[in-house]
Amino acid sequence: MAEALVRLKSVSKSYGGVPALTDVDFHCEPGLVHAILGENGAGKSTLMKLLAGVIQPDAGEIALSGRTTRLASPREAAQQGIVCMFQELSLMPHLSVGDNIVISAPRTRFGFLRRAAYDDARATLNGIGATGISLSARASELSLAERQLVEIAKALFRKPRLLILDEATSALTSELVETVFGVLRELKRRGVAILFISHRMHEVDAIADRISVFRNGRHIDTFDVGTRSPKEVIGLMIGRSLEELFPPRGATPPDDAPVVLNVSDLSWNGQLHNVDLQVRQGEIVGLGGLDGQGQQHLMHAVFGVLRKVSGRIEVNGRQINGVLPSQAKRSEIGLALVPEDRKTEGLILDMSVTENLRLAALSRAPFGILGLDTETEQRIRRLIDRLSLICGSFDAPVATLSGGNQQKVVLAKWLALSPKCLLLMDPTRGIDLPTKAQLYQLLRELAREGLAVVLHSTDYEELIHLCDRVYVFYNGRTVRQLTGDELTPNALIEASMNMPLPAGIRS
Amino acid sequence: MSNPVPTSAVHRPRPGFVDRIGISVLLLAAGCVVLVLGGAVIYPGFLSPGYILQQLQIASFLGVIATGAMLVILLGEIDLSVPWTITGTAIVVTTLAGSNNPAIADLALPLGLATGAAIGFVNGLGVALFRVPAMVWTLAVNAMLLGAAVFYTGGFKPQGAVPWLATYAALGHTFGVPNAFLLWLIVGAMTLWLLHRTTYGTYLYAMGNSQRALFLAGARVRTITVCTFVLAGILSSLGAILLTGYTDQAYQGMGDPYLLPVIAAVVIGGTSILGGSGSYVGTFVGAVFITLLSSILAVMQMSDAARQIIFGATILAMLLAYRSSEKSAGT
Amino acid sequence: MNLLRRNRSLAITIAALLVLFAIFIAIHPRGFSVYVLTIWFNQGTLLGLAAIAQFFVVLVRGVDLSVGPIVALTNVAASYLLIGSPGGIALGIVAVLVLGAICGLANGVAVVYGRVPPIVTTLASGSIFSGLALLLRPTPGGGIDENLSDALTYDIYGVPASAILLIVVLLALTISLRFSLLGLTMYAIGSSEQSASMTGVRVGRVKLAAYGMSGIFSALTGLYVSMVTLTGDPAIGPAYTLNSIAAVVLGGVALTGGVGSPLGAVAGALILKTISSLMFFSGLPPLAQPFFEGLVLAVAISLGALGVFRIRNRLELFQ
Repeated sequence: MAEALVRLKSVSKSYGGVPALTDVDFHCEPGLVHAILGENGAGKSTLMKLLAGVIQPDAGEIALSGRTTRLASPREAAQQGIVCMFQELSLMPHLSVGDNIVISAPRTRFGFLRRAAYDDARATLNGIGATGISLSARASELSLAERQLVEIAKALFRKPRLLILDEATSALTSELVETVFGVLRELKRRGVAILFISHRMHEVDAIADRISVFRNGRHIDTFDVGTRSPKEVIGLMIGRSLEELFPPRGATPPDDAPVVLNVSDLSWNGQLHNVDLQVRQGEIVGLGGLDGQGQQHLMHAVFGVLRKVSGRIEVNGRQINGVLPSQAKRSEIGLALVPEDRKTEGLILDMSVTENLRLAALSRAPFGILGLDTETEQRIRRLIDRLSLICGSFDAPVATLSGGNQQKVVLAKWLALSPKCLLLMDPTRGIDLPTKAQLYQLLRELAREGLAVVLHSTDYEELIHLCDRVYVFYNGRTVRQLTGDELTPNALIEASMNMPLPAGIRS
Repeated sequence: MSNPVPTSAVHRPRPGFVDRIGISVLLLAAGCVVLVLGGAVIYPGFLSPGYILQQLQIASFLGVIATGAMLVILLGEIDLSVPWTITGTAIVVTTLAGSNNPAIADLALPLGLATGAAIGFVNGLGVALFRVPAMVWTLAVNAMLLGAAVFYTGGFKPQGAVPWLATYAALGHTFGVPNAFLLWLIVGAMTLWLLHRTTYGTYLYAMGNSQRALFLAGARVRTITVCTFVLAGILSSLGAILLTGYTDQAYQGMGDPYLLPVIAAVVIGGTSILGGSGSYVGTFVGAVFITLLSSILAVMQMSDAARQIIFGATILAMLLAYRSSEKSAGT
Repeated sequence: MNLLRRNRSLAITIAALLVLFAIFIAIHPRGFSVYVLTIWFNQGTLLGLAAIAQFFVVLVRGVDLSVGPIVALTNVAASYLLIGSPGGIALGIVAVLVLGAICGLANGVAVVYGRVPPIVTTLASGSIFSGLALLLRPTPGGGIDENLSDALTYDIYGVPASAILLIVVLLALTISLRFSLLGLTMYAIGSSEQSASMTGVRVGRVKLAAYGMSGIFSALTGLYVSMVTLTGDPAIGPAYTLNSIAAVVLGGVALTGGVGSPLGAVAGALILKTISSLMFFSGLPPLAQPFFEGLVLAVAISLGALGVFRIRNRLELFQ
C-alpha cells in the first residue's frame, strides 16, 4: 500500500454560513483511480476546488506526500502537480485550441512561446482520440463534447501527479469515453493518482479502483470497487432508498388529455433538426440524452429565446412562433422557463429574495406601480409556504441563500404567474437531497393539478422515476421516445448513444 | 458563445444595500461638512446662509443632470452625449424664445425638453437596437450634435432670448430658498419614487445586475434601455434650461465642463459604474460635494492646474476608500 | 484563405481604409505625392499611436480615459527635455517614456489592487495628469530639437518617416503579442478573466503590464506630437482620448476585451483621419463638416454592429 499522495485531515469549508464540507478525512494514493460519488450538494465540487487551490479550507489541513501544504492559488496547486479539470470548463473562448492548452503550462524562451509546446499539445489531443480537433480552431466554435476533450487534453498537458476529473465525460460518446479511459489507465500505470468525480455508476464501474462516497458534506465511506452492491452504493449516496426519494408515480394522464405544448418539425441553426414533441396536461415529460444534444436549445426555442426557428410551436392550440419571453409568459400563453444556471440566469443575486420572487410577475402590476398587485402577493405568500422556503430575512440578497432555497425562489417566481406549461432546465443540479425530494414532490403535485411539465435532466434516476415519458435527444433530433416500462437505465443509455436496442431485450 | 465559465461558486454576498449606501453617503456628507468648515477658515463668509443657499442653487444644475446620468449608469451604460445635449438644448430654447412669433416663443421650453428626449431616443436606439457600446455611440451622437450646432450657428454665439420661466427657475427664490434647488428637490423626489415604487425602478436595478436574468424573466429589456436614455436626455435638457436661465444666454461649449463632474457626482455618491447598485441620495449629496469642492478651490484662487489635480485626486481617494471598506465588510 | 476568414473584421477594416484612402487621393488637388502621403502618415501616426495605447487597456477589458491627458503631459515634458545635445535628447526621450510608463502603471495599480473600475480610475487620473501638464506649462511653448523633428516628420527617399515608424512599431507589436507568453496571457485575460485565473495565469501582473504599455504608447504619442508641432501644449488631450476610443472600435477591437490587434487599432485611426481629410477636401461647406464627421463615425460603428441582426440566440445579446 503506497504512501498517500494527498491527505485531508478534518477539513471543513462553508460558503457564507452554509456548510459545504464538514470535518472531512480523506486520502488518495498514486497509481489508483479513486472515484468520488455523491449526489449534488454532497461536497464533491468543494473538495475538488480545495485541492485545486481555487478556495482554501476554513478548518483542517491538507498534506501532500506527508507534508502539510497550503494551496493558496490554482497556480500553486499546479506547481505541486495537482491538475484539475473543472465541470464548468476553463477555456478562453476567443483563444485557439492550441493556445488554450499551451497557456496552462507555458514553455518559453526569452519570453516567447516555444513551438514545441504546440506539437506536444497536438500529441496530447491525438492521444485522447481528438484527432479531428484543429489546434487553430477557436474554442467558442467547438461543440460541448469537443470542449470537454480539449479540457481533458489541457489537464493531461500539465503532466500531473494528481489528476482530478469533475464530470469530465458527460457529453462524450462511449467510444470517446473508452479512449479517454485508456489514457487514464496508462497514467495510472505510471503512478499518477486520479480522482474521478461522477454520478454515473456505469462509468465508475468501468474505470475506478476505489470509491469514496460523500453525502451532505461528509465523507461517508471508502471501499474498493466491487465490494458493495449498486443498491448499497446508492443507499450510501442518498441516505435512503430511491423509492423514498421519489414520490410514487401517479396515474398517467389519459390519452385524451388536451395537448398543452405541441412542437412539430422544429429546426434551428443546424443544431435542432425536425423535432416533434407533445406535452399533455398533467404530464411530466423528460428530455434525456448526453449533454449538449439540443435539449436546452429546444426549451429556449419554445420560450422565445431563439430566433429564426423553423417549424411550429403551439401552446393550447395557439401558434407562438417568434414570440419573445415577455410575451410567452403572459397569461394567454402561460409559459415559464426555469433556466440552467440559476445564479446568472434565474436570479438577480444582489437583489433581495422578495424582489426576486416578484420579478416575473412585475409586468402584471397595474400602472407599473409596486404594491398594488395584492393577488400576486398572496399567491407568492402561499407559494413560500408550499415550497417551505425558509430564509433568515426576505430582504437579504438572494445570494445568501443555499442552492436549494435559491432554486425554490426561481420556481416560486414563475409559479406566481400560474403558468400552463413549465420548462425546467436541469433544475436539481447542485441541490441538496432534502430539497430535491421536496421539489420532486412538488412537481408531481403540480402535474396532478394540470400543469404540463417539461424536464431536462442529466440524472437518469430523475428521468426514470419522475417522468411519464422521455424523449431522448441525439445530435439535435429526438431519436427515441421511452414510455412507462420502456423507461429503464439501459434503455436510456443506449438511446443516448443512439444505439439500437437489441431485439427482445428488456432490463 | 457565452462565457463558458458561469459565476464562480464562491459568491461573496455583498453587504446589503443599506450598508453600502450608508458608508458612502456618510463619508460624503462628512466631506461636505469638512469642506464648508475648512472653507470657512479661509473665507469666513462660507458659513453664511446666503452663501450656502447659493451653493445649493449652483449644485442644482449639476444635480439635475447627474440624476439623468445616474439612471443611465444604473442601467450599466454611460451617456457621453451630455455636453452637447446641454448646449444643443440651450441653443434650441434661446432661438425659439427669440422668435418674433409668440406662439413659437411659448413652445421654447417644451421643445427644449423634447430635444433632450429625442437625443435620448437616438442614444437608446443605438445601444438597445444596434447593440453598439454606449460609450462609443453616445460619443458619436455628441460629435453629431456638436456638428449640428456649429452648422446652425455658423460658429458664432447663438442669438436669441431667454424665456422668463427659465430665468425664474434658475435665479428666483421662494421663501428665501432658491427655486433651482426646489426644482431639484422635486426632481429628486420623483426619481426616488420612480426607483423604489415602480416596476421600472426594479427593472432598472435588475438590468444593471444581470440583463440576462431579466430578459429570461420576461421583461422588455430593450424598452427599458430606450426609456432610460430618453429620461436622461430630458433631465440633461432640464439642466440646460436652468443653466440658460442662470447665465442669461446660450454659448458654445457651455455643456463641456459638465461631463466629468456629473459622472464624478454619481460615482462618489456610491453608485457603481458597472450598474445595478446605488442610491439616489448618494448622487444628491455627491453633486453638493462636487459643487462645494469646486467653489472652495475657486475661492482659494487655485490655478486651473491645481484644481484639476485636486479634483482628480479627491475622486480617486474616495473610490479607493469605498473599495477597501467594501472589501472588509464583504468577506 | 483560412487566414482571411479568421480575421474577417480586420480585413474589412483594412479594405475600408484602402477605399477611403483611394478616394482621398483622387480628390486631393496634389494627388498621390510624397507631400500628401507624408502629411497623411504623420497625422495618422499621431492618432495611431494613441489608438495603440487605448488598445492595450481595452484588450484586458478596460478603457483608458487618461490617454489624452498623458499625451498632453508627455508632450509638455518633451518640450522641456528634447533640446540640446544628442545625449541629452536621448535621455530626454527615455525620461518621457518612463513618465508615460509611470502614469500607466499608476492607473494599473488602482485598477488591479485598488479594484476601482478602469473607467472611473482613468477619468480621475486623467484629471490629475491634465492638471500636471498645465502646471508644467500653463501656456503652449517650449521647443524641440529641429533636426530630430525634421527626421521624423519628413520623408526618407520618398517614404514618409512616420510610415516607417508605424510599420516598425506594428511589426514589433504584432510579433510580440502573437508569439510571446505575455501577449497570449493578455488576450486570455480579456477573453475570460475567470478562466485565465483558474488556468493559473497571474492576472494582476499581466494587467499591470498592459496598463504600463498603454502609458508608454501614450508617451510615444506625446513625443510624436512634439515632433510635429514643435511645442508643448497642455490642452491637446481631449481629442486624443475620445478619438482613440473611436479608433479602436472602428478597428475591430472589442470593448469587452480579448479581441483585436494593434494593426486594427491603427487602421481605425487612419480611417478616422482620412474621413476628416475627406471632409476637408470634399467641397462640403466647412460649417457642415463636423456634423458629417460625427455622422460617418456613427454609421461606421453601426455597420460594424450590424452582425447583431444575424444573431440566432438572443441570450448572446445580453452580457
